Amino acid sequence: MADMISQAEMREKYLRKGMLPTIFCNGCGHGSSLDYTFRAIEELGLDLDDIVFASGIGCSSRIPGYINADGLHTTHGRSLAFATGVKAANPDLNVVVFSGDGDATGIGGNHFIHAARRNIDMTVIILNNFIYGMTGGQVAPTSPKGTIATTAPYGNLEGAFDISELAKSLGAAYVARWPVFYPQQPIKSIKDAISTRGFSLVELMSPCPTAYGRRNKLGNIKNLWDWYENNSVLAEEYDKIMNYGTDEEKAATINKIKIGVFQHTEKVGFFEAYEEQIKNLMANDDKKWGGV
Amino acid sequence: MRYELDPVRVRKILGNKKQFIMGDMAIAYGGLLAGVGFFGGYPITPASEVAEGMARMLPRAGGTFIQMEDEIASMAAIIGAAWSGTKTMTATSGPGFSLMMENYGYAIMTETPCVIANVQRTGPSTGQPTQGAQGDMLQTRWGSHGDMMAIALCPSTVQECLDMTIESFNLSEKYRHPVVLLADGEVGHLREKVVIPDVDEMELFERIEATVDKDKFIPYSESQTNPGSKVPDFPTFGSGYRSYVTGLTHNDMGFPATDKQPDHERLINRLVSKITDDREKLTDVEEIELEDAEVVFVTYGASARPAESAVRMARAKGIKAGMLRLKLVWPFPEKAIYDLSKKVNKIIVPEMSLGQMVHPIREFAAKDCEVIVAPKVGGVMHLPVELLEYLEEGA
Amino acid sequence: MIEILDDWCKGCEICVNRCPVQALEISEIMNKKGVRVPRLKAVNKCYQCRLCEQLCPDFAITVTKEEKEEGEEKECKLIIGGVCAD
Repeated sequence: MADMISQAEMREKYLRKGMLPTIFCNGCGHGSSLDYTFRAIEELGLDLDDIVFASGIGCSSRIPGYINADGLHTTHGRSLAFATGVKAANPDLNVVVFSGDGDATGIGGNHFIHAARRNIDMTVIILNNFIYGMTGGQVAPTSPKGTIATTAPYGNLEGAFDISELAKSLGAAYVARWPVFYPQQPIKSIKDAISTRGFSLVELMSPCPTAYGRRNKLGNIKNLWDWYENNSVLAEEYDKIMNYGTDEEKAATINKIKIGVFQHTEKVGFFEAYEEQIKNLMANDDKKWGGV
Repeated sequence: MRYELDPVRVRKILGNKKQFIMGDMAIAYGGLLAGVGFFGGYPITPASEVAEGMARMLPRAGGTFIQMEDEIASMAAIIGAAWSGTKTMTATSGPGFSLMMENYGYAIMTETPCVIANVQRTGPSTGQPTQGAQGDMLQTRWGSHGDMMAIALCPSTVQECLDMTIESFNLSEKYRHPVVLLADGEVGHLREKVVIPDVDEMELFERIEATVDKDKFIPYSESQTNPGSKVPDFPTFGSGYRSYVTGLTHNDMGFPATDKQPDHERLINRLVSKITDDREKLTDVEEIELEDAEVVFVTYGASARPAESAVRMARAKGIKAGMLRLKLVWPFPEKAIYDLSKKVNKIIVPEMSLGQMVHPIREFAAKDCEVIVAPKVGGVMHLPVELLEYLEEGA
Repeated sequence: MIEILDDWCKGCEICVNRCPVQALEISEIMNKKGVRVPRLKAVNKCYQCRLCEQLCPDFAITVTKEEKEEGEEKECKLIIGGVCAD
């Protein structure tokens, strides 16, 4: 850890000049997620010239603007469809998408489902804060039941999306979820996600003190960050308690958010398969024509 | 790898020089000949054959075809692919085009070259899927929110479906703007003879890529390699320019300037005037019997075909009829319409709708020239005899 | 040592709150936004774990090793639950 890149070095190497400080509110976890992404890229030894960062609309989607790399800040929810095209036309590029929970599973739910199903070779980092932050705190598809939001003033009655569970069921190659207050696990997951072939998802639970915490009486920034710590549990631990724990332990655990790496497989990504198909088709034609 | 498409291979895939094919397929041929490297599409009648042709031929040429989850995604994917440095295209019809409006606006704002083939039908809503019409003439110009200009071409024959698709690519690369090929279901599903150009018979325009020093590059201002051009040089993703592309109002460097009035004004004026400055250069019309004409059709697309027959019939009867066919409908050929309206007494606009292009035609015609629409709705074409009546009345 | 880029600090106090050895405190120094920025306590047990630096959402913290005489360098050998348990 001692030779880890410092924030002073990151400011020079990774941040776009003149764009900081970020627009993120005080106590927001999105900036930490950006820090972890830089550390993952640094540890992988990737060149920013070879990475395209795409995003949709929302707080999380402002992130590519802070990175000194090619950035595609697109329309609401559509970033994965844009990113599919970016990768299609140049599969050598590493494509990393930043999205929010509303962006990825509300308006962009269909694109999310299909990018994962197609196993498009890209890394998606979803910053889940349970709320539409940028527009002022409207209820999101990920808002837990009972959430108070400007558009759910009497308490949210809808069930919430479990983004990681959804990606897992779609066969995504890599799926992990972490709260942002642990640096090492997200850094490792982002590294693994970028290195894994096919569709990779890292869901980072990012506190939103302004639009979510405040309205839901989760206290100040410290208390909100602590809430995530107290209300999440390692998936392995969760399973152990549910199988072997006492009734009290079970009751204390059942409503917690499971965190950890949920899926990590090795399978051929869409564009790898596509390239193979192109090669075969061209070889067929060449045989038929005796060369072009 | 980044796919390089070999035009010789593409030409071989297409086969015989002369073929009898449908308009949709000619659009696919045109795209391939222009060098499309990525096609993202979604099935819709009467445009599906374009995607089917692409699915069959594009991978053989080394390009990528993906059937996306909807038209919103199709439009998004072709924009993304364009930024990775290839020519890109999608095809759709009315309802799909409505869905594409969101990212069509994004392509305009981000100056992304791409081509949308719209084999039109009618609405509102799902309307008549299997019947052709001309329902998106104005949506192309005004469908997305905000101030913008459009570039759109209207083929009347299957040969033009092919040729104008190539032209659409050239214009989109030149102006860094999405170009809409406004075919209609009639032409799209019509089968005719086409002559397929060989590699040395085509003129292709390739986008001007950024070449200046990376620290001197200004991504959203006038060209730095082509002085005087309002079209900025293209910083392909992965080329090291590290450009930021956003649909938000941005300054010359591409960074959000959403609350800066001067930045917005400068940006929007450049986005529009980079096209309208060339309005007359772009104007592309076909004149039929206009020398002494007193009553004329201004037409486009499939409806130009019965209109031309009606003009011939009228001439045989001694009526001084003529026709001006708009091959490029946007940017609107203001001067051509004004000049025509000064010479003739009456302009009749046959349209497969209750009337769309009649509105800009009326707007730019001289006040003393009467402009009326000859509407035909329900998914059938005008008969020449029906249009002849308009000429007889107008004479 | 901890270097803080004062003007980027928004005052979230995450660094102060999550430091495993409570080595940081809010200072009297005010940045141009009127935020009181954190600093190391005069007496502290900082062992350069760099958690504050990694968590800082605003790229404002850099932890540097203090110049110490050889053999004197203090490192936490045992961390339990993010807390130094030496």
